[in-house]
Amino acid sequence: MNASALDKNEYFYGHKACAGCGGSLAVRAALKVLGERAVAVLPAGCMSAVGFNFPQLCFGNNAIISMFAGTASMLTGVEAGLRRYARRKGYKDFHAVGFAGDGGTADIGIQALSGAIDRGDDILYICYDNEAYMNTGIQKSGLTPYGARTTTTPAGANIHGNIRPKKNMFEIVAAHDIPYAATATVGYINDFINKVEKASKIRGTKYIHVIAPCPTGWGIPVSDTVEVAREIADCGLWYLAEYENGEYRLTRDPKEFTSAEAYLRRQGRFKHLTDEDIATIIDSRDRKWERIRKEWK
Amino acid sequence: MKKFLSGDEAFAEGVRLACPEVISAYPITPQTVVVEKLSEMVENGSLDAEFIHVESEHSALSCAIGASAAGVRTFTATSSQGLLYMAEGLVYASGGRFPIVMMNANRATALPWNIYGDQRDSLALLDTGWIQSYAENAQEALDLALMAYYIAEHRDVSTPYMANLDGFILTHTYENVDIPAPEQAKEYLPPYETNNRFDFEHPVNMGFSAGPETNIIFKYKEHRAFDRARGVIAEAEDRFAQVFGRRYTGLLDTYLTEDAEYVIITLGTIAGLCRNIADELREQGIKAGVIRIRYLRPFPNDEIAAAVRNAKAVGVLEKDISFGNAGTVYANVTSALQWGGITAPAYNFIGGLGGRDISADDIRDVFTKVQTGTDRLNWIGVSR
Amino acid sequence: MKPYIREKSTFTFDEIPEDTCFEAGYLVTVNAGWRSVTPYVDTEKCIGCSQCYLYCPDGVISMEGKTPVLDYDFCKGCGICSKICPRHAIEMR
Repeated sequence: MNASALDKNEYFYGHKACAGCGGSLAVRAALKVLGERAVAVLPAGCMSAVGFNFPQLCFGNNAIISMFAGTASMLTGVEAGLRRYARRKGYKDFHAVGFAGDGGTADIGIQALSGAIDRGDDILYICYDNEAYMNTGIQKSGLTPYGARTTTTPAGANIHGNIRPKKNMFEIVAAHDIPYAATATVGYINDFINKVEKASKIRGTKYIHVIAPCPTGWGIPVSDTVEVAREIADCGLWYLAEYENGEYRLTRDPKEFTSAEAYLRRQGRFKHLTDEDIATIIDSRDRKWERIRKEWK
Repeated sequence: MKKFLSGDEAFAEGVRLACPEVISAYPITPQTVVVEKLSEMVENGSLDAEFIHVESEHSALSCAIGASAAGVRTFTATSSQGLLYMAEGLVYASGGRFPIVMMNANRATALPWNIYGDQRDSLALLDTGWIQSYAENAQEALDLALMAYYIAEHRDVSTPYMANLDGFILTHTYENVDIPAPEQAKEYLPPYETNNRFDFEHPVNMGFSAGPETNIIFKYKEHRAFDRARGVIAEAEDRFAQVFGRRYTGLLDTYLTEDAEYVIITLGTIAGLCRNIADELREQGIKAGVIRIRYLRPFPNDEIAAAVRNAKAVGVLEKDISFGNAGTVYANVTSALQWGGITAPAYNFIGGLGGRDISADDIRDVFTKVQTGTDRLNWIGVSR
Repeated sequence: MKPYIREKSTFTFDEIPEDTCFEAGYLVTVNAGWRSVTPYVDTEKCIGCSQCYLYCPDGVISMEGKTPVLDYDFCKGCGICSKICPRHAIEMR
């Protein structure tokens, strides 16, 4: 899918997200793929906070804020309700799509997400991952990476930021034997767009996990969002993959990684990391890729 | 058609007649029979609905809100801890004005764990913006299921409705119940039509934020809907009597209160025993009466004050306690008395917690204490 | 189509909805005031590749044929477009 094939309409517009917000780019791009028959569900979080302040309502399509833990469960209800309503009124194509952040997905919303996948509900769940609770002021989430400084994992002499790695949401979701799951980054928007399009044509539950840098939380210039979102995939600290028909597949397998140290050092949240910390991160990256390349196609 | 049904089964029959399109529920004793029955009905094709096996009560209500936002009639059911787990969704559904109907099987709340009936669950959530009714028998339970949709979905109300049934005492006790014909139910209950839903021709943004400037206006309107619900409940019952021939009595049900000097005010199944004792006392020349509150929200302030205008003293008997104060029903009743200029003393009787039996002797004792005067707050069956 | 500025921005008691359901894409304020630098497209250098259009988090760039057109009412001046442009055709001033 190329730029000209996208819906010309803008469905997320005039919102109050910070300049350079990666999350808003993910939402905007996905809705341009799904079009006017997308019904968006967004839990409490950045994208709902910046888009739904009566009377400033920034979604051009049907959209609703869900409870924080309830993205997937509300999607289930929306899909079931729309299906019934459509049957009566003769509507055909619609998409129930959710946009939840990393906290809304990997922490408070994981139970509802697991339930929806288990039921096989015909919904598309997009996790825009900015790696911390940004809306409330940069607190650690289950998807905050190892070493990152947040306001609840301060970097001091004793503890160098967050001491745990990111939850492996992609494989947690895939382990449900979901019809389709994918990872993406807003740095490679075409890849993301293609995955959203692919997901929109599959029946059952679909999950896309898209890295969406937050300049405020990551400590990067607002102009660097896309560049950093590319670098995370280029340096191997993120990977682009799909899970389909019970199999994992890399959609991008870099021959060589760019410098993970350079990726980390350019961000305020990693400024405090020692050479040893960085070596730990690189070691963990290498082990992950070794496993991926061995086990996945 | 007459059938021998438990309260849960009767309610499920009422729900079937109301034809909800999306049902989302999670099992919890003593609500389970309702969802099992509804599952059977969906399976055998006698109810054309999506039955969604959610993974928690929080999701049950979240799912119902989503379906309601899509413009369809919904149902869920729960009890006790499940209701409390839904608490966030309760204010969400009411604030968004989604006319979801929920059955709650009144049950004690942990700790200590206890599966038997009291009303601490729903009363703890009285302020969440849901209409709350309390049924006395299985027939009323079935009928309330139908009326619940009529009232909740009425354009002037558009507010969720929680129909409460006493756990086990009502949910699991069998009675002969008249099941109306589906054609009659169709005649009674119009299809759900609303503008509070997604619309592909005119898209909407729903469930939004409203800042300090307008927030209070939304809340005012939510409250106003409850005032309007008073009239709609009367209308729903009038229409019900026309179509089905059974007449209900609004926000409360009075028994011998016209000239009563001593009145017990209560709710749910215990009212029947209270009426029996009132009969007994009448034979002894004591002017006893009973008020059964049918709706705790909207609350029958004026109706209670009118019904006790000749009373010398009032007792409020309830299966709950608001720790550090008194019973929640008592707090509401005394407020109604004050508004109505009633100066008769009112005494509170807390009993039946965790399914503890309230006996005929207990009720006799309550009436005696109301006559002689007693402490403001009295616990039934607690001897120290 | 996209959400756009409406003339009516204040609501009386009766106009405030009963429920939390309102017309989609209803805007009452612009975001231009957020900007400290502004992107300008050099149409001589621009090759119409649409990268700026694709990557704008605010969707303020639309393509009219091969030419990017900016909606300065809603541009926050983040500079992603300038950084992403393969021909350096967008200057932040």
